[in-house]
Amino acid sequence: MLNTADILETINMIREENLDIRTITMGISLYDCVSDDPARLCDRVYDKITRTAEHLVETGRDIEKQYGIPIVNKRVSITPVSLIGGCLDADGFLRLAHTLQRAADTLGINFIGGFSALVHKGMTRASSALIDAIPQALAETQCVCSSVNVATTKAGINMDAIRRMGSAIKQAAYLTRDNNSIGCAKLVVFANVPEDNPFMAGAFHGVGEPETVINVGVSGPGVVASAIRRAGDCDLSQLADVIKKTAFKITRVGQLVASEAAARLGVPFGIIDLSLAPTPAIGDSVARILEEMGLEVTGAHGTTACLAMLNDAVKKGGVMASSHVGGLSGAFIPVSEDEGMIAAVRSGDLSIEKLEAMTAVCSVGLDMIAVPGDTTEEVICGIIADEISIGVANTKTTAVRVIPAYGLGVGDEVSFGGLLGSAPIMPVRTASPARFIHRGGRVPAPIHSLKN
Amino acid sequence: MKAVITVTGRDNIGIIARVSTECSNYGANILDISQSVMREYFAMIMLADIDALTIPFSDFVDRLAALGRENGLEIHTMHEDIFNTMHRI
Repeated sequence: MLNTADILETINMIREENLDIRTITMGISLYDCVSDDPARLCDRVYDKITRTAEHLVETGRDIEKQYGIPIVNKRVSITPVSLIGGCLDADGFLRLAHTLQRAADTLGINFIGGFSALVHKGMTRASSALIDAIPQALAETQCVCSSVNVATTKAGINMDAIRRMGSAIKQAAYLTRDNNSIGCAKLVVFANVPEDNPFMAGAFHGVGEPETVINVGVSGPGVVASAIRRAGDCDLSQLADVIKKTAFKITRVGQLVASEAAARLGVPFGIIDLSLAPTPAIGDSVARILEEMGLEVTGAHGTTACLAMLNDAVKKGGVMASSHVGGLSGAFIPVSEDEGMIAAVRSGDLSIEKLEAMTAVCSVGLDMIAVPGDTTEEVICGIIADEISIGVANTKTTAVRVIPAYGLGVGDEVSFGGLLGSAPIMPVRTASPARFIHRGGRVPAPIHSLKN
Repeated sequence: MKAVITVTGRDNIGIIARVSTECSNYGANILDISQSVMREYFAMIMLADIDALTIPFSDFVDRLAALGRENGLEIHTMHEDIFNTMHRI
């Protein structure tokens, strides 16, 4: 028999502490859509996506009703389009982006991910054409998300690709200048990209994935923060236990929803992504967890240590609660999407350098960071190269989603609305890394012995 | 299958009667009730068997929520599995 305290705890988590399922993402393989005729390719892609995910949104709503827990997003990730559009030029990829938008509209999903390329070792003709098309595609569509993997620990770093991405980011910022350069919020540059990530903007359906799959991302920063608050002045071993237990409960709900969605849709269950994903809402912030752990403000010395411990405890608790864990799995620290991070940037306590250090111990990277619009392409490439190096050297995923907000400078703010939130423009160092970046070529893969 | 129905709000005459009538109207069999009143606030947790429900579960959730709104109460109906998975290994 259920006991009253357990029932009330669950209900309190959902109603007061913003526990929700952040996303159910259906991965769809598009290999069977390949054609040498761009029009036929687009038709097949549209048909396959709308047919396969036809019941995704309504199934999500039904499960939401059944368990009384909000499922915030229903999304689709697809095979990286550079792999199915081998014969397309930039115009062809642009046409494909519009097709994806049309499919997203038909399905009623809020994002579709996979306008992507994997170029960590080199670039195919199609990958190059895709990157050419990215800025315009992001400007002319609303739901299409793009990602490019420019490095892996095994292959090293493709600096030529980073140069192209620096330029694509600046162009996307310019083309969406009337809308706070929102195009850049839908574009991620990765190192060691996971192939089963359900979170946008970096989701795509990887090459080793089945025909279709259901991946689920859980959330719950508010639940963790409240549990830490209730634990009071305990020591760090006890605190780690509190976080683990909470992460276990959150993840169990994710597993329940994922299994149910997979069964109802007749699609295999893939993974649960254990990430703590914040939103701009009060009480749904990762920064506030760090402050609850004992920091005066996020960005203070000690922040990296808190985040490392939090990230580790979340994984330890979550792993036992789920049959398969994957994706990004860790604490997200996007600036614009986290109320506490926004406050810390506004007060001048959180700098881009501290954020970079934090990414060495948590899941993603420099995420949703707005920088001055006049930041040069080379400086953006430098930011990317630094972040990507952290991922490559530490055999982990890192990423950059940076917004050089056109026409704006330090002291201004950009606002995207919804889950993407708003961000104060952060100052960046303006000294030029141009000579390093323009050398081009590849940074060799790092050695993995002689560790220090 | 069982559902957990939670009812909270200002205490009033006939809350349990109204909720149980609605349950019986749609074929939900009440198995257990725990309720408390603190000052003027009322809180009740009901466990109901929903195997013989005459309407889809999601409609049942909506009907009870509507009943709550009409009477100034908050009524949430959730499948018991969410509690079982969260609190039992």
